[in-house]
Formats: sequence, C-alpha cells, structure tokens
Amino acid sequence: MTLHDLYLLSPELSLASLGMVVIILDMVLRRKGVLAAVSVVGLLAPLAFSISLWGDLSGEPDGQMVGIFNTLVVDKFSLFFKFLVMGIVALVVMSSVEYVSRLRQFQGEYYGLMLFSASGMMLLAATTDLISTYVALELTTLPLVALAAFLRDSRSTEAGIKFLLLSAMSSAVLLYGMTLTYGFTGTTQLVEIFERLGASLDATVPFGSHALFLGVIMIVAGFGFKIAAVPFQMWVPDVYEGAPTPITAYLSVASKAAGFAIILRVFYIGFGEISLDWAALFAVLSAVSMTVGNLVAIAQKNIKRMLAYSTIAHAGFLMVGVASIAARVPVGETTLGPSGVLFYLVAYAVTNLAAFFAIIAISNRTGSDMISSFAGMGRRAPFLAIILAFAIVSLLGIPPTAGFMGKLYMFSAAMKSDLAWLVVVGVVNSAISAYYYLKVIRVMYMVDPEGEEKIHVAYAPQAALYITALGILALGIFPGPLMTVAEKAVAVLFR
Amino acid sequence: MIFEGAAWAIFLLPLASFVVISLFVRPFLNQYEKYSGYLTILAIGAAFVLSIWALGSVLGNEGEIGWEAHSWLAIGNLEISLGILMDPLTAILLIVVTSVSLAVQVYSQGYMRGDPSYSRYFAFMSLFTASMLGLVLARNIVQLYAFWELVGLSSYLLIGFWYNRPAAAAAAKKAFLVTRLGDVGFLLGILYLFFNKEAFLSQGLNPFEIADINLIAHGGEVAGVQIIALGSGVATWVAVGIFAGAVGKSAQFPLHVWLPDAMEGPTPVSALIHAATMVVAGVFLVARFFPLFESSTTAMNIVAVIGGFTAIFAATMGLVMNDIKRVLAYSTVSQLGYMMLALGVGAYEAAIFHLFNHAFFKALLFLGAGSVNHASGTFNMQYMGGLKRYMPRTYVTFLIAAVSISGIFPLAGFWSKDEILVGAWNHGGTIGQLVFWMALVAAFMTAFYIFRALFLTFHGEFRGGVDAENGSQSGGHGVHLAESPWVMVAPMMVLAVPAVVSGFLANPLNTAWGLGIVPTHWFSKLLGNVEFISVHPEPMNLVMAFGSTVVALAGIGLAYLMYYAHKVSPEKVAAAIRPAYNAAFCKYYFDDLYEDWITRRGFYKGVAQSTDWVDRNIIDRIGVGIGFLGRNVGQVIGMLENGQVQAYGAGMSIGILVILVVFSIWN
Repeated sequence: MTLHDLYLLSPELSLASLGMVVIILDMVLRRKGVLAAVSVVGLLAPLAFSISLWGDLSGEPDGQMVGIFNTLVVDKFSLFFKFLVMGIVALVVMSSVEYVSRLRQFQGEYYGLMLFSASGMMLLAATTDLISTYVALELTTLPLVALAAFLRDSRSTEAGIKFLLLSAMSSAVLLYGMTLTYGFTGTTQLVEIFERLGASLDATVPFGSHALFLGVIMIVAGFGFKIAAVPFQMWVPDVYEGAPTPITAYLSVASKAAGFAIILRVFYIGFGEISLDWAALFAVLSAVSMTVGNLVAIAQKNIKRMLAYSTIAHAGFLMVGVASIAARVPVGETTLGPSGVLFYLVAYAVTNLAAFFAIIAISNRTGSDMISSFAGMGRRAPFLAIILAFAIVSLLGIPPTAGFMGKLYMFSAAMKSDLAWLVVVGVVNSAISAYYYLKVIRVMYMVDPEGEEKIHVAYAPQAALYITALGILALGIFPGPLMTVAEKAVAVLFR
Repeated sequence: MIFEGAAWAIFLLPLASFVVISLFVRPFLNQYEKYSGYLTILAIGAAFVLSIWALGSVLGNEGEIGWEAHSWLAIGNLEISLGILMDPLTAILLIVVTSVSLAVQVYSQGYMRGDPSYSRYFAFMSLFTASMLGLVLARNIVQLYAFWELVGLSSYLLIGFWYNRPAAAAAAKKAFLVTRLGDVGFLLGILYLFFNKEAFLSQGLNPFEIADINLIAHGGEVAGVQIIALGSGVATWVAVGIFAGAVGKSAQFPLHVWLPDAMEGPTPVSALIHAATMVVAGVFLVARFFPLFESSTTAMNIVAVIGGFTAIFAATMGLVMNDIKRVLAYSTVSQLGYMMLALGVGAYEAAIFHLFNHAFFKALLFLGAGSVNHASGTFNMQYMGGLKRYMPRTYVTFLIAAVSISGIFPLAGFWSKDEILVGAWNHGGTIGQLVFWMALVAAFMTAFYIFRALFLTFHGEFRGGVDAENGSQSGGHGVHLAESPWVMVAPMMVLAVPAVVSGFLANPLNTAWGLGIVPTHWFSKLLGNVEFISVHPEPMNLVMAFGSTVVALAGIGLAYLMYYAHKVSPEKVAAAIRPAYNAAFCKYYFDDLYEDWITRRGFYKGVAQSTDWVDRNIIDRIGVGIGFLGRNVGQVIGMLENGQVQAYGAGMSIGILVILVVFSIWN
C-alpha cells in the first residue's frame, strides 16, 4: 500500500472521516443544528478529491488508475457514481434537518451512519474484485440497517430486523455465487475472469457451463436484492414503510445507484463473454419487475408503500438498459444501454428525491403517510403540491421532465438491441403506472382538505426541493450534457 | 460583427419579458400593470436594436454567419441540435418582426388602456414575439417546429383574449384546429425525413438540419464533395408536407377559413399576428426550404397554383364584406397568396420583398382600423363614414397604406407587386401564364376593395357608429368622434414611412432612387447570398409597370364611382351579379361545408358516434376488465407480502429456483 493508493481512496476515506467527525461533534456540541451543516459542508473534501482525481485521469493512457493490489480502480465510471452519491447525500441531509431535529438522541449518529454508508457505495462503484465488492456491499448495507431501525418504534425496529436478516441471506447467496465463479475461473479479479472465461466455455450449455450458470444466477439474486428487482423485492415495502422517511428516500435512490454501478461493472467486464445469456435473464427480470411493481402499487393506500412498489417498477425500467447489451455483440456500436442507465439513475434520483422531500415536508405536519391525508394540499401547501405533482409527472415519464428522457434513452437502447417486446412491456407499464401516480395528483388538487392550516417549509429542505425540481426540468430539456458525461463514464465498460 | 450570445438575446429578451410579467407582475404587482407594457416595449425595443446589428453583420459578412450547432439530444447516431441560423432571410425577418411588434406594442398602450387583463395581454404579446423570433432563428427543423407550434399557441391565446365573448372563444378554437390540420402535414413531412434518415447519415449529414436538408435537396457537387440528392419522390412528399403547414399558418385555400374569424381578437393583435408576422410564417417556411421545393417541379407548381388561386379567391370575398377588419383579413389572405405564387414561380426575392413591404402597410391598415374603431365603436363600415373630418391623421396614414397596397407608383406595394408579376410572366409555361393573369385580376380587386373601405369609412356622412348599429338603447356611449391619442397615432405615422419608401429605398433600381446610399437591387442581392438560392434582379419592365398601374387605377376609379361619387349604385351592381355576389358574401359556403357537412355530419355523426359506440361497448369493457384484473392481481400479490420475514426469505429462494428451472428448460 503506497501513498498513491491512499490518494486513490481519498474520497472514501475523507467521507468516512467526516462521518466520525460528525459523531464526535455530536458528543461535544450542544447545538445539534450544526451537525447537518457540517455534514453538507464537509462533503466538499471528498468532492475536491474526486474532482482532482477526475483531472488526473486525463494524464492516464487507458483512462484509469488501479490501486490497492488491483482491487480498486479510479476511472470516470466510478467517479460518476461518487459525484452522484455525494449529491444525493447532500440533498438528503438538507431535507432531514427538520425531521432529525425532533429526534431526542443520536442525531450525530444519524448523519454519521448515512455518511458511512455513502462511503461504502462509493467503494462499490470502484471495486474490480469480487471480494472487495462484497466488503463494500456490507459497508453499504449495515449502516442502512441501523438507520432503518433508527426510530426505535415497533415499525421501524421491525424494518431494521427484516432488512438485517434478509440482507444477510442475500449476502450468503451472493457469496455462494462468487464462490462458484471463483471455483470455475480460479480468480476473483473481474478482468481475469473475463480473460479466463473466453477459453473455457461450452456453447451448448446456458451460460457456458453449469457451474457458471448457477454462480451467475446467485450473483444476480444477490445484486437483485440491492436494486429491489422481483423476485428479490419482498423486503422493500416493509422496510420503506418502517424506516424514517428521509432514509427511505436515501435507500430508494442511492442504494439503487450503487447496485446498478456494481451490476454494470461485474457483468459488462467480468461476464462479457456470456452477455447474451445474462442479458436475456435481465430482460425477463426487467419485465417481471415492472409488471409486478406497477400492479401491486395500484392497491396501495400508504404513499411510502406505493413509492416502494414504484421503485421496484423503476428497477425494472433500469434493467432494460442493462439488458440492452446486444450493442456490444457486433463490437461496441453504441453505448446507449449502460449510458442510458447512468442517465436514468440521475434522473430517477432527482425525481424520487423531489417526491420524497415534498412528502417528508407534508407528513411532518399531518403526521400521516396515507395518500388520503394529502387531500387538498394544492391549497394548503401549493409549493409542495406543485413540486410533488411535477415529480410524479417525471416518474410517469411525461415530457419535459428528466423521467421522460430517461425512458426515451432506455427504450431507444432496447430497440437497437432488438428487444422490441421489452419496449412494449415497458410502455404498457408506463400506462399502468399512470393510474396510481395520477391518483396522488387528483387527491391533492380535487379533494377538499381536512384542515385549513397552511404548511410551511424550513429553508434547507426548501432549497433541496428547488434543486431537485430544477434538476428534473433541466434534465428534461437539456439532457445532452449529462448524457455526454455518462457516455464518457461507461467507455471503460467497453474495452 | 454580432456574436452568438447577442443573437440569442433577440429571442430571449421578449421571452424574459413574458416570464417576468406572467410570474411576477401579474400575481404580485398587478396594481403596477402599466409596467407590463413598458417592460414589453423595452424588451422588444432592445431586440429591435440587436436585429439591426444582426442585419448589419449579415451584410458585412455577405451571407450567413456560420455558428456551430449545440447538441441538444443525441440518440445513437442521430443528433438533434439547437442553434441559430443567421442568414439574410433570418435577418430580414428579424427586422420585420421586431419593428412591427415594437410599433404595435406602443399602439397597444393606448388601445388596451383600462382593459382588466392589461398585463395578460402584454404577457401573451411578449410570448408571441419571442416564439416568432425563435421560429425565424431556428437552424433545425425540429426546433423550428417547436416554435411553429408556439406561435400557433400564442395566436390562439390572443384571438381568444376576450374569452368571455363566445365569438372570440369560437374563433380561437377554429384558428387553432384549422392551422393544426396543416401542422399535421408539416409533422408528417418531418417524420418522412426521419424515415429517410439513412440517406443523410450515410453522407455525414443530419436529417433535421435545415442547411443539410437544402444541401441534399440540391445535390450535385458542393464544395468539392459529391452529394447524392434525395429521390425526387421523397423530396416532393417532404416539400408537400412542409407546404401543408404553410397553407395552414398562412391561411391559403382551402385552410383560409380561420383568418377572417381571427379578427375577433384585439385589433393590435390582428395587426401584428394576423397581418405582419405569424401569417407570413408560412411564406417564410417555404422560403426557408426553397432549394428543397425547387428540386421538385410538382411541389413548385402546387405552391404557385394554390397561391395564385388564393390571391384571387380571397380578394373576391374582400370586395363584399362590410366589416373593415374582415376586408383587411381577406386582403391579407390574398396578399399571402401573392407571395406564395411568387415562390411557386421561383421569384424568391420578389416574394420576400413583398412580405417585407406588406408587413408595414398591412399592419398600418389594421392599426388604422383599430383607431377608427376607437372613435366609432364599431367595425361595421355601414355605420361609419365621414371620419376624415374627425381623425385627419388616421385618414392620411390609412390613405398612404391604401395607395401602397394598391400598387401605385412609387409607393412600397408597387415595387414588390411588380416584381411578382414580372416573375410570373418570365416563368412562362401554362402555370406561369395562369398565375400571372390571376395575380393581375387580384391586383384590380385589391385596389377596388381597399378604396371601397377607405371611402365607406372616411368619406360621406357619419352614419352613427355603434349606437346606430345597436339601435337606440345603447345610449350614446361608445361613440366619441375624435382623433385617437398620440400613443396610437405616432406608431401609425412611423409605419407610414416604410409604407411609402420601403419599396424604392430597400431595392432601388438605380443609385439615384437609393438616395445615393443604398446600392442598386440591394435587397435582392442580399437575399441572393443564401446558399443554393439564385436571384435574378431585373430592371423595371416598363410595359408591366404601366399595365399594372392602369389596372390598379381602374380598381380605384371604380371604387370612386361607386362609393364616393355615387355614379354607380352598389346595390344595382350587386343585383346584377346576384348569385356571384351572394356566394362571395357567404364566403362561398366554406364555413358551412366545413362546419356543417364535414364536422357535424361527417365527423360527429359518422366517425364520432361510431367510435363512441365502439368505445363504450368494446374498449370500455376491456378496460374495466383489465382494471379489475389489475387491482385484484395487485392485491393478491400484495397479500404475499404478509409481513413474515421467513416467508420473504422463502420467496427469495423460490425465486432463484424458478429462474434456474426456467432457464434450464428454456435452453
């Protein structure tokens, strides 16, 4: 381990240190309001390191810097996710201010755990080795488990326990899959896995070998748990409902982004030789996830549960991009699939965060998460209602929003990969989703309010709302710049 | 040399004015609504100054200023860009739009005073101006289409500005729907381009870039590169699609029916949108894609014949209308037909020249009509008369515009009309002959109806205005016979200047006419600096000039005999040609055909009722079935979610097993 290795790790290290600083400050300071400010401002350190690393990349001939015994890589792909995760953390912290101020204790731990988890996500996007992947995954999950149980009431505790048990199980499945892969290839390095697979595949067997078949499906199951894909999604509604709402928001976008980062890296680099096999698997999972998520969402009365199913459906939309690998088969004609995934993740992050932030602000006052309690918010909280409505329009995928552009890229990628049937499923699902999404808008604008009291929002959450709403609009009108960056980021997957 | 940011500002300034008025002034500062007007004038005034700069730069550059396209959206290898196309055509249109808009906004200060929705009016006017400028500046057909729809939207909003009047609301709806019909054709043209994108992409061109479309339509060797032209079938269909859009916006036959009704909007709106700018967007569109049109003889002939027919057809209706604004509306339709006709016979520069001149004198005529309405309270010329005595300034400016549109030497209208006639004559062939005579007859009618309007309005005795129109109960308010305020008269006087001089000063036949400053055929040569467009500035054809002047004077003379000297009784003339008169008066029954036969009987009764039946009995049942299925399947799957963590674990394991089994069997 050299100093250069430490530099490569500097964003993660500084982020984790920031978490510790916040916890220590919590013990010393009496005014807890400072903690959120420190968490946000402190993000400048990992941000600065990441920017500096991005700058250094231009000097590298192959656009990457490998370190720590070849287990970690700094490239544009991992940096893209670092920026995304930091952005999400900053926004979630801003929106948590009011929520957290009502906690009796452990305010420092709340922010600290969130930062630890974020450092795990950053690491996850940067690993090139199955073992470090697993370590990063656990670093991501365990703080989230604690955060899910943070309220310590019966629902929250239940959510935490369920999350812990089921993620332990999914980790076991994932490790089993990794073991099988190791057994077959004799290495845990993604690049070496790719090289060794080429020679030893049997074209008559699915996935080239029975062991690999089992191994890959286990790995898909393990990652599928992270991104909430059907049939590994059952934990999602309960945990989303029980966890503190800002944590639910965090879980729904950051955890999903990190999950897709590692999926793209492992499958595009490690299992590139058998891409047609796993692409079919992802295509099927995508169709099932969209359909199940949307159908069940229709029956929900609690808005957090509804968004939980909606997030399952969006995992399905995202997998469309993963499945659009066929572009690679006649070597690298277009990178639209994975770069579309990156775009969609950012679009989904701003959209879902906007929706959750508005919900947090409203339910902080009404004390209820039921959709019916949003009645008349168009009058009681016009600002929040319009942003929530706008976010919903984006979730639904109507222009001029980020969500529309995301779906456009996803479906274009699928069309280029001859997955027309998946596009049909996706479009039908978009139509189904209108039913439950628009229900919220209807309740807000067409049902009479229960009270007349206006709802006001503190400055920090208001700023977070503005940023996310602007993000939705900006990405909806000018998707070009982000897409260009995303294309640069995914270039490493196509070597 | 203008830089790109300044060019963007031309379009962004009025847009900013719209945003500020609608988001800040109207909700929060409505008591300061007069600032809405000032803000609009300021923004458009600045845009005007920048437009002059742009024109100067295009002149200095002798053609297009080549700015890069900005990538807006890229899907795979197809890229849609945003950007500015600053060529002579753009620069000239910028001047027309900003100058007329500026005059109209100033005039509106007086005309709209005291209106309860004063701020809304200026917000919409800003939006319209911004959209129109965006349309003119667009370098990409998709970008152009977006602004094309935006001008349609602002036109809709402004025609229906007094939405509590049923007639205005209906007219707005009609305008929107009829122009949409054309827009569908335009959209189909764009889609057809998209379907033929390989022809572009294989040559490194972009099927949506206007320059590339014109390049590929032109074909041949360009700048040392051999370009394979589009198939003539493709070019024709794309051109016809684009022309359909132009027919809708420019109110050409058979989609002309919306424009006369659009006169329900405030009069300054008619002057700006329905005389000087938006309606010429169709002409602009054809000019923009002129090389494409030129590559297809069929498309050119369609343009020429539709234009020529519209010119004469609309003019006949203008002869008999009693509402001054409707006379002007039909006159606009007819003049737009003139421009289309010119494009169709290849007289590109004559069409744009006429567009340029027409914008000023037609806007002036409309502002005059508004001014007259300010005094008499009505638009019906049967209740006007004698206003010359009370409003001398309005009269003089109206007279100038009337002489100009009639095409009397040396006013503006004369020069461009003459160029069009020469162009049609020189084009030759059956089509050229046909449209030439159509244009000549239309010229006679134009002179007649405009002087008929002038005599009925300003000469003779005053016939009571709005009071007489509504009977005795209106009680005397509404009519106040006096000159309009300066804020209205001044813009009219300003517009009267180009109505006189824009002809010989902009495109002088020799340096003496250009006062020694403007070079000979300046305007035509400027337009000729567009790629793939060749212009043929010609010396004045004396025979043609003499002939067309005689025709115009004959029209004026007849109007004089009938409505001033009363030597010929209009009633007797009408009686003599009763069937034709009635047909023209009833607008050739086109409204009945469209509204009663096509819409009500064909569409409502035939299509709508049968689809309604299908919808109710088949689609709805399927829908209800799916909804039932959706809710209940959802609930059933939701029930699996029983809260038991061991069940969830089992679910995951079963999921893995199912995947394994399915994939083993599948392969």
